Amino acid sequence: MKVGYYPGCSLQGSAIEFDISVRKMCAMLEIELVELDDWCCCGASAAHNMNHLLGVALPARNLALAEQQGFESVLAPCAACSHRLITANHEIAESAELRELTQQAIEMEYSGSVRVFNLPELLLEYGLDEIKSRVTHTLEELKVASYYGCLLVRPPKVLEFDDHEDPQSLDKIVATLGAAALDWSYKVECCGGGFTMSRADIVTKLVHDILENAELAGANAIAVSCPMCHSNLDMRRNAVNSTYGTDFSMPVYYVSQLVAIALGASPKEVAVEKHFVEAQSLVS
Amino acid sequence: MGRRHGAQVQGYKAMTISLKNDAIETFSQELERVAGHHIADCYQCGKCSAGCPVTSFMDLMPHEVARYCQLGMRDEVLRCRTIWVCASCETCSTRCPKEFDIAGLMDTLREISVREGKVAVTARDVVRFHKAFLDMTKQFGRLYELGLVGDYKTRSLHLLQDASLGPKMFFKGKLGLFPHRVKNARAVKRIFENVEKLTGKSP
Repeated sequence: MKVGYYPGCSLQGSAIEFDISVRKMCAMLEIELVELDDWCCCGASAAHNMNHLLGVALPARNLALAEQQGFESVLAPCAACSHRLITANHEIAESAELRELTQQAIEMEYSGSVRVFNLPELLLEYGLDEIKSRVTHTLEELKVASYYGCLLVRPPKVLEFDDHEDPQSLDKIVATLGAAALDWSYKVECCGGGFTMSRADIVTKLVHDILENAELAGANAIAVSCPMCHSNLDMRRNAVNSTYGTDFSMPVYYVSQLVAIALGASPKEVAVEKHFVEAQSLVS
Repeated sequence: MGRRHGAQVQGYKAMTISLKNDAIETFSQELERVAGHHIADCYQCGKCSAGCPVTSFMDLMPHEVARYCQLGMRDEVLRCRTIWVCASCETCSTRCPKEFDIAGLMDTLREISVREGKVAVTARDVVRFHKAFLDMTKQFGRLYELGLVGDYKTRSLHLLQDASLGPKMFFKGKLGLFPHRVKNARAVKRIFENVEKLTGKSP
């Protein structure tokens, strides 16, 4: 399997564990990742909040580059990036006028041929049976609350992926690795996303509610597939515990880290030690 | 954290109308013209507000924002806190029985609010953050996270915010000192310039 790879900005910095673990996981699964040449920022929340055309044009440039470079499929692990790329694809397909404006803005042509995958979708496409056959180290110690957040599944008419109220993709992957995939109520409740700096108070409240529900469900770990979710659930943990007087200590793993570890990688090879909330002991 | 349940309307409030090409245009018509929103679709079921995760931080509820738009209360809506507390989680649009894109409406209202200088005082940090983000992207083509933090702190003057987080991230290798540049950063800058020309608005 060969796919274009769009890491996105956060995977090169604050979410470097996600990049490291995706690359390691794909190497172990023999999925060839070819990084898009000269990709640019997708615009994330800022672009679509401030100017609609900019919010379409920035991702569209990357889609046009992918098409130019001969990619039919592109993996964008960051849920915000995949959301923006897929939304741009969708809006351009629905409106000839927007497509024309976008092409003028990016000074490139784009025919709409590129398909964008988020990470769980790619793994399901790859095949859970195949992944299971390669598992050497089942994750029996883990009772995982799979946390999807907003941008993997909403809005369903645009993303057309999994169920938007009770998704199962991450749960199925987690179960394939031998861990317990828990049923819980906050799978798709927002973590506050990009408000991490400008409205940290909102993030603190939302993250508290997610962690509380995960704990009530009996989880000892959370699995995510989004760098903002990871950042809010992991790096903001002290703020949550001090604000609410709680003691939430469960680690937050990227699904790619869990897959790689189950396939035999050491936690260090997938950068688990870079987390803020101690996460090595449960997977060592 | 007190929350007003909608605004108290003192007496009769006149609908805001504007002139466009010598024709009188209601706010509803303006929203349809600029972004294709058909605000009459909303029949006030309240499902959007019921599912919204951040209502405790809002002044108007999401369905009240829709109602204000229908009633032509343009200025009130553009000045509210709600549109800036909205996290674009898309729960509202997903659940709306009329399939009205209320999350998209929030985007449109934000854009107009900034353009007309009507951003709520409590929301100015959010706008500063977005502007800092786009500044970095325009300059380097990719988000330079450290630059974003510096730019945001300069704009917001929250100089000590998260002061302990930075060093910890840096020592764990999660915060690059230098920007990753797009080779063709000029191309990204041109996108910003083209968008400004095409929409008549600076992003």
